[in-house]
Amino acid sequence: MSATPETAPASPGAGGGALLEVDGLRVGFATEDGRVQAVDGVDFRLEPGEVLAIVGESGSGKSVTAQTLIGLTRSPNSHIEGSVRLRGEELTALSESQLQKVRGTQIAMIFQDPMTSMNPVYTVGSQVIEAIRAHDTSAGKKEARARAVELLESVGIPDADRRVDAYPHEFSGGMRQRAMIAMGLALEPSVLIADEPTTALDVTIQAQILDLIQELNRSRGLATILITHDLGVVAEVADRVLVMYGGKVVERGTLDDIFYDPQHPYTWGLLGSLTRLDQPRPHRLPQISGAPPSLLHLPTGCAFRPRCPHEFGKCTEVPGLEARLPDDPNHRDRCWLTPEQKRKRREVEGRIGLEEPR
Amino acid sequence: MSDAAMTGDAGGALLEVSDLVKHFPIKSGLLFDREVDQVRAVDGISFSVRKGETLGLVGESGSGKSTACRAVLQLLKPTSGSVKFEGREIAGLGRRELRPLRREMQMIFQDPYASLNPRKRVGQIVGDQLKIQKVASGKELRTRVEGLLDRVGLSPEHYNRFPHEFSGGQRQRIGIARALALEPKLVFCDEPVSALDVSIQAQIVNLLDDLQDEMGLTYVFVAHDIGVVRHISDRIAVMNRGKIVETGDADQVCEHPRDAYTKKLLAAVPIADPRESAARRAERTAAG
Amino acid sequence: MLRFLIRRILGAIAVLFAISILVFLIFNVVPATNPAPRIAGKNATPHLIKEVEKQWGLDKPLPEQYWTQMKLIFTGKVKSYQSSINVDQRILEGIPATASLCIGAAIIWLSFGFLFGYLSAVRAGGWLDRGLTVLALIGVSMPVFWLASILLYYFTYKIELFPPSGYEPLSNPGKWFSHLILPWISLAILFAGFYSRVLRSSMLDVMNEDYVRTARAKGLSQRRVMVKHVLRNSLIPVITLFGLDFGVLIGGGAIVTESLFNIEGVGLFTAEALKQQDFPSIMAVTLFGAFFIVLFNIFVDIAYAYLDPRIRLGTSAA
Repeated sequence: MSATPETAPASPGAGGGALLEVDGLRVGFATEDGRVQAVDGVDFRLEPGEVLAIVGESGSGKSVTAQTLIGLTRSPNSHIEGSVRLRGEELTALSESQLQKVRGTQIAMIFQDPMTSMNPVYTVGSQVIEAIRAHDTSAGKKEARARAVELLESVGIPDADRRVDAYPHEFSGGMRQRAMIAMGLALEPSVLIADEPTTALDVTIQAQILDLIQELNRSRGLATILITHDLGVVAEVADRVLVMYGGKVVERGTLDDIFYDPQHPYTWGLLGSLTRLDQPRPHRLPQISGAPPSLLHLPTGCAFRPRCPHEFGKCTEVPGLEARLPDDPNHRDRCWLTPEQKRKRREVEGRIGLEEPR
Repeated sequence: MSDAAMTGDAGGALLEVSDLVKHFPIKSGLLFDREVDQVRAVDGISFSVRKGETLGLVGESGSGKSTACRAVLQLLKPTSGSVKFEGREIAGLGRRELRPLRREMQMIFQDPYASLNPRKRVGQIVGDQLKIQKVASGKELRTRVEGLLDRVGLSPEHYNRFPHEFSGGQRQRIGIARALALEPKLVFCDEPVSALDVSIQAQIVNLLDDLQDEMGLTYVFVAHDIGVVRHISDRIAVMNRGKIVETGDADQVCEHPRDAYTKKLLAAVPIADPRESAARRAERTAAG
Repeated sequence: MLRFLIRRILGAIAVLFAISILVFLIFNVVPATNPAPRIAGKNATPHLIKEVEKQWGLDKPLPEQYWTQMKLIFTGKVKSYQSSINVDQRILEGIPATASLCIGAAIIWLSFGFLFGYLSAVRAGGWLDRGLTVLALIGVSMPVFWLASILLYYFTYKIELFPPSGYEPLSNPGKWFSHLILPWISLAILFAGFYSRVLRSSMLDVMNEDYVRTARAKGLSQRRVMVKHVLRNSLIPVITLFGLDFGVLIGGGAIVTESLFNIEGVGLFTAEALKQQDFPSIMAVTLFGAFFIVLFNIFVDIAYAYLDPRIRLGTSAA
């Protein structure tokens, strides 16, 4: 039973476009220390039922990208360019109140820390009900409460009828995140944006939450954008991957592309520095030297240049995000090296990684 | 894995913990507080650490691993149990008797943003202990501090800067320099890399490794990321709800776990390889 | 919650007891001389002094003295020998005036403080915010006695808009109001300025919280986010502050304001007693003040527990 009649079953928009299309998204902030370009040209497509992972570290722009999709970064200090189209409708052109109708009903977002992401003075149930009644004014109190209980059950919270009246601090971390997911799904959106949903959770709980997200993705065709810094999580859940660095997408491709045929040295570095329990220990943990760039002082040319052992003359020119492999137009990267060079240089001590600088 | 442990050069037990218990009372009552129950944060653990080796302590939140560290270091008073450092009993010692021991046992903390006093300069943060313990002063102090900064990968000119001028990874290096200023024998690392970016974590882990070889340190490395713990540890102890459920050689514990909880923990760690991870999932659904 | 309440009340009783002992010691023991002449007042005869000694138990050991004096105060038998009035009765008579003054001022300062604070926070950094900030700082900078004098000068003397002094009971609402409007404004402007700043700062803090971001992501309207999520949480520090401020105000009887406007409340009585060094009165009003401050402290604790379920229920993960 649908909460609102307008939520059509997941299907691409008219004209064959994808469910969600992002083109040339750029987000700049005016801060005390100067202008910061947090997101500098992001494009991607999201189809129904797909899981897109956006991977990056601090300053990569992944969270700002996600929040901008539903207009949370709009402010007098921010400057947003580019296009975000949901089923063909341009979201960046919508007013704040029009966008409010999209949030929750079409696109839902959940955040990293479930403890601070829920208001501590209201019960969990009332916060779920609030989401429901904000959009579906026909829902009565009893009806909304019943629906809230149903939702909590559907995400695997036991004893939901009693838990509905409990406060966030009375839940454990995993339960809280489940409740957040329930709140996000209350109005049956077609897209779920999950910003580091498991980072603050224990690994056993993380596995449960990832299972839940996958289950929802499969059973409801819920398109998901998963923001994370953890490549292990990506490998478990994602279909396609965007790797972000310094506000730009530095590599984009399918899951297999990224893990088995990565084209950008930053990706090699990320993969290399992972500890693998199923492989013998390296003597030294491969690392990427230096630190993620400050967005206030981005290097000229390729942002990864100062940390890249393979940098050469051409790197002072910003590489475009292009498909450089002959027969794979969807696998794109921002690195001037030739595919041959890349294939050779990414092998370090028998696995993919980034060389130590000489 | 420390070179010393690999070549079998590790000496006798530097630290021996027996039946360590730390309970926090839960008080209730209308008029007067009566202890009605306890939170058994550490519920009787025993382990030992040999000189030069690294013991990894793994557990999830609530397992008691952080409380255990603090109870061993006598930052918290243990409820009962014994802690022997170099054969000498230190559990329950008074503050004065503990002071000289503070030079030998140090701790590196998790949050590089919270563990450095923002109003002090880096040089002070690292060097204060040398002054307090009357080890060095004046010019010699400065030289020593600058040497430490250099060793942890910072530069001597950072001496006069404030913590907020540094990134997370750099701040953690400052924390390490501080911990090593007195040349301790035993260092507890409480989640030293969890708050850092992934690409920086490896740097800090490698730094800790290098320092251990250079200075002959003994580590107790506490973390919830088993992969990192396995990399740096010789032996691993797994904690669950205040108890140690399994101890053993690092590779052994990770590859052939015996305890059910350890197995569960290892099974939950995501595998950063799509094909492997899909295969494991298929196995799981086939099994049940 | 019950346990919390019981403990707080017991604690408050203990505090009041301690205060009464302190007051007793200050007035009777600390000055090295016999307190009887002081109690008897300026025009005391030796005969009167002797009577005072007897009535106040000054010839008896200390604990008995204490008990006797407390009995006097609490059973309404304290007489001010100087002005020959019954102190307790005088205090009781003064309460309506003081209450009218304080409650009225509180309503005004809360209304304006909230309004200005809310507007400042919602439009933080903009011109409205800056303007209101300046207003608030002006308000905070104006001492009550100065403001009162200015208001009196312009509105009761230059233009005879309001009566210059005195208090009319509520039975005559029109007069009651016109007598109180200037005192209300004198008191309220200071507090309004202060409270608007506190609310603004509290709201700005809360607006940065993660749960506000979640509320927006749920598609709630801006107004709903502001009122249900931001304001509700921002009020907690403000309300607790108010409880304490109001307790002090009503316990202290707004001495300055009542004196300037000649409002016959507890504050004016206190001012007179201090001027004349009338000890029985001073003792009594001190205890009166202490009582109200302690009482409002309890209210504040209860309000805080009510507003924040983490305090009320204790933190325990399921």
